[in-house]
Amino acid sequence: MAQSECVIEINGLQTRFGNQVIHRDVNLCVYRGEILTLIGGSGSGKTTLMRQMLGLEQPYGGTVRIFGETRNNANRNSLKKNIRGRTGVLFQQGALFSALTVFDNVALPMRELHTLTESIIRELVMIKLKMVAIGSEHAGKMPSALSGGMIKRVALARALALDPELLFLDEPTAGLDPELSEGFVELILGLRKELNLTIVMVTHDLDTLMSLSDRIAVLADQRVITAGTLDQVYRFPHPFVVSFFKNMQHKTRPMNHWEQTWKTVPTR
Amino acid sequence: MIERKPNSIQTDAARHPMSQWYQLRTDDGVCRIMLTGNYTYTALLRQFAALMQELSSHARNQELYWDLTGIQQLDSIGTALLWHAWQAHRPAQLLLRPEHETMFERFERLPGYRSENRVREWLGFVTKPGKHALLLWTHAVGLIALIGQLLLDVLYLLRHPIYIPWREISANLYRTGAQALGITALVGFLIGIVLSYLSSRQLQMFGADIFIINILGFSIIRELGPMLAAILVAGRSGSSMTAQLGVMRVTQELDALTVMGISHSLRLVLPKVLGLGIAMPLLVMWTSAIALLGGMVAAELQLGLSVRYFLSELPDAVPIANLWLGLGKGVVCGMAIALVACHFGLRIKPNTESLGEGTTSSVVTAITMVIVIDAIFAMMFSDVGLY
Ligand SMILES: Nc1ncnc2c1ncn2[C@@H]1O[C@H](COP(=O)(O)OP(=O)(O)OP(=O)(O)O)[C@@H](O)[C@H]1O
Ligand SMILES: [Mg+2]
Repeated sequence: MAQSECVIEINGLQTRFGNQVIHRDVNLCVYRGEILTLIGGSGSGKTTLMRQMLGLEQPYGGTVRIFGETRNNANRNSLKKNIRGRTGVLFQQGALFSALTVFDNVALPMRELHTLTESIIRELVMIKLKMVAIGSEHAGKMPSALSGGMIKRVALARALALDPELLFLDEPTAGLDPELSEGFVELILGLRKELNLTIVMVTHDLDTLMSLSDRIAVLADQRVITAGTLDQVYRFPHPFVVSFFKNMQHKTRPMNHWEQTWKTVPTR
Repeated sequence: MIERKPNSIQTDAARHPMSQWYQLRTDDGVCRIMLTGNYTYTALLRQFAALMQELSSHARNQELYWDLTGIQQLDSIGTALLWHAWQAHRPAQLLLRPEHETMFERFERLPGYRSENRVREWLGFVTKPGKHALLLWTHAVGLIALIGQLLLDVLYLLRHPIYIPWREISANLYRTGAQALGITALVGFLIGIVLSYLSSRQLQMFGADIFIINILGFSIIRELGPMLAAILVAGRSGSSMTAQLGVMRVTQELDALTVMGISHSLRLVLPKVLGLGIAMPLLVMWTSAIALLGGMVAAELQLGLSVRYFLSELPDAVPIANLWLGLGKGVVCGMAIALVACHFGLRIKPNTESLGEGTTSSVVTAITMVIVIDAIFAMMFSDVGLY
């Protein structure tokens, strides 16, 4: 994957909430077709950075370009709609519509297109739900009647509803059991084989991190201190990085084990 | 990845308008349909229905050889299009890229979705009123249970005064009382002016100017002051109380309180009821006073009745019992509003729609309740404070 174009380009981004500085001078580029993982301590501003990319927060300084447009330029309605349609988001808390059933939550973005017939929508929804291992018996439930991990998975199904080009996942495997996390990894790998997916992901889960990410960006000291392949980031001398990967050696005793996992990621 | 732009295949295929999507070819007597381009929803959106119709008309030809290798990107909406064009089964002759295989497999192994078809209700004209009556009954029972619980709480607090939630009570006093001063004053003043202006015009015709004091005094102190304040507070504080409890249910804060062993009624409901029970009579007094002020101003302008004369005559014209009656209404209405608001707030289910519904019914019920209470007071005290 050579240096291809940046889908998201962040230059000198600053974010503040009142007097609290969250980001100072964040520079980051998300290349087309890659899976970029954001890591960083709790409260280091990963979710906030993702919200900046989505245009949900205003930069205090610097720019965030997505598909080559800053969000301000993208105010023209059609373009905005286009960008919205091409992105799927999994929020950290799920953000399901509490007044709609699981089925209707996933169907909502499809119905918004006003093109698909109800029978096609039904099939698509059931496929998406099956992809995230939600049985059809749960389709009629309200979000308040779901378990924590199910909320995550339904939210993922909703994020995938329109097969977005750009997917934002905030802790997709938090609250899932190991088997489901593995299923999630397989799902994402499968999807990216079929579609030209670009994924920005926040995760604390080492297994997911190692098996999915092409590049890793480390957020610490209010900046992206380093971004690169696992190999490069792993060697970066910073206390957070050291402590984050401390457990990895125990987990993957032969060091080249993760290189093997690595090779299962399709190279294109 | 096959390097081929969707538009570059214009050789023999510019014949039909959908040539961007597929070409038909016949070589060696085999009819081939070659699909090209991106079968993704962003590309397909405009022509979805038209393309599906054309493809399904081609799909009727069982001999057709489907070549899908020209498709660069295929998402699930594109797959759905093909699948529906094929009438939900694979054509006999099909060439696929391996990475597109899974998409079609998903459609093949589609789990059924049983849509709950509603049972038609033949007896709707009986069951509907019945359901409403039952609902009314549950509300009544719930309200009574809440009042009972509050009484128990009060008894408990009398024995353990250290647990009295002073902070919450005072916060509620401030929020429902002090912060409502502005709006009640504005409404009261304007109503006072209007009432005084209209009445004085009529009284002037009969030369009975002096009775403006009786009319304003009775109507405002006994009826309008309490009612205006109560209706405004029901809309203002009632809705916010219901919404607050409802959001606490949605965000599971109520559950958090329960597991900490903190009683909802003692910590959340009682302070609201007591707070509004105290704030409301004060608000009634304030509203009445401002409304009278408005009335006096208009009377002075319209009839030339001096404010000093108005004030000196008022105690003679309106017995003091009317004031107590108004304040009493204030206490009862205030507590009733808070009770109704909390009752509806605690019944809200953890979703936003229920939140909206609950808030609406809370306000509607509270205002109705206020008017009912007023009617009851009017009947019970029909011979108090009147000549
Ligand atoms: N709306 C907001 N107003 C004020 N401060 C906020 C807001 N949102 C986030 N913050 C602050 O910004 C900082 C970063 O928050 P953020 O949610 O981005 O953390 P995070 O890296 O996603 O952490 P975690 O891994 O725990 O999810 C925190 O200190 C948080 O308190
Ligand atoms: Mg976060």
